[in-house]
Amino acid sequence: MKPFAALIVVCSISLVLAQNDDATPQRQRWSADAVLSKVPTEARARTNPFQGNSLEARAGGKLFEQHCAECHGPKAAGTRHAPSLLGTEIRQATPGSLYWILTNGVVRHGMPVWSKLPEQQRWQLVTFLQSLGAQTTDAASR
Amino acid sequence: MAVGLFTSSPRLLPRFLELFFLTLLLFSCHSSFAQESPYIVTYDHYLEEPGNLEVEYFSTFGTQRCGNDFHAFWTEFEYGTTAWWTTELYLDGQTTFSDSTLFTGFRVENRVRLLDREHLINPVLYVEYEQTSGADKIIKEVEGHDSESDFDEPNGVLRQEQDHELELKLLTSSTFKGWNVALNPIFTRNLSPSEPWEFAYAVGASRPLALKALPNRCSFCRENFIAGVEMYGGLGDAQHLGLPGTSHYLAPAIAWNLPSDWTIRLSSGFGLNDNSHRLLLRWGLSREFSGFGELVRHLFGGRE
Repeated sequence: MKPFAALIVVCSISLVLAQNDDATPQRQRWSADAVLSKVPTEARARTNPFQGNSLEARAGGKLFEQHCAECHGPKAAGTRHAPSLLGTEIRQATPGSLYWILTNGVVRHGMPVWSKLPEQQRWQLVTFLQSLGAQTTDAASR
Repeated sequence: MAVGLFTSSPRLLPRFLELFFLTLLLFSCHSSFAQESPYIVTYDHYLEEPGNLEVEYFSTFGTQRCGNDFHAFWTEFEYGTTAWWTTELYLDGQTTFSDSTLFTGFRVENRVRLLDREHLINPVLYVEYEQTSGADKIIKEVEGHDSESDFDEPNGVLRQEQDHELELKLLTSSTFKGWNVALNPIFTRNLSPSEPWEFAYAVGASRPLALKALPNRCSFCRENFIAGVEMYGGLGDAQHLGLPGTSHYLAPAIAWNLPSDWTIRLSSGFGLNDNSHRLLLRWGLSREFSGFGELVRHLFGGRE
């Protein structure tokens, strides 16, 4: 019985720590502004090979639904776990900056790294995020 | 009839309730699309997403020259405690043909990401405690001087040996142009006194069959398949370091990540020397459930 007791203790500690660590909403909800300011200059300057391509944006939309909507919300409007991706800071961010954040994540604040998606798929996601920005701008100007 | 069963076997009721409770919890969660690698022995540096629980079932069919072939199986519960820490529980069992079926033990492991950002080589520290019997045949890793002849005896004899092991791995992995290359040096210590440290390795390479995603959801599109190969084996122990008396395997593998959030993995491992099993045929089925941690926190009155 002892090993099972030890096992339960280990599992409980994990859950308690998780509750007190960066999974709590107050710390988890990282600011897009703060993260964008950390992107190296070289990474910011990278250009999106799929810029403005609606087909790639659609593919990016599918990838967003599969991997990102769980935390950022189905319409990218944010949840209590992760910020909205419809704000000005994301709209004004360079494609290179978005790509860098996707690749490196914001690990200490709950966003995993997404380098496991091939480079092309990360650019497809960036294209989708930029298309969201364009939609928001269009809606605002109307 | 069910009530009759529980009154005649009162120990069954709590077990049934545990199972029912766990199933209910899992079905209360949303499933989540996973992008799983095809590796079964090797680890890359990607951890479980925070708050998600991945439930995985794996089988290994192994041939045995001086004994009966076997079917070993294990279930993994992998929980993303944070984005940099994953904790996992394994439950192992096996059936040896013309012999018996046994529960062979459990393992608890933790993987901790050491660096915040992506680098050329990304290290993750892996610490595992395992309590298994000598009849454990899942061959999740091959260590020290492990060889096919270790399983020559029938289960009744093998199960008498009890192992308490501490296993440390440094998981290093790199992803470039769609390729993932992972190398895991392994250090194992049986916690019984006078047992030396044992050494092992696992190395793997994999790549999706298509690097770009198609715009529509599809089951059979190439982006959902990741093919790879892994090689693993023992490197001796602290007293006899080196390749003599060790066994090694080469295993092509493939993972199929379905849009319905299931992942299927297949691998056929071929023994590379006389100490190895001729064939280790493995398959696995897994599903990721998002928001499991949050659900548990709510159940136990956690903060909003």
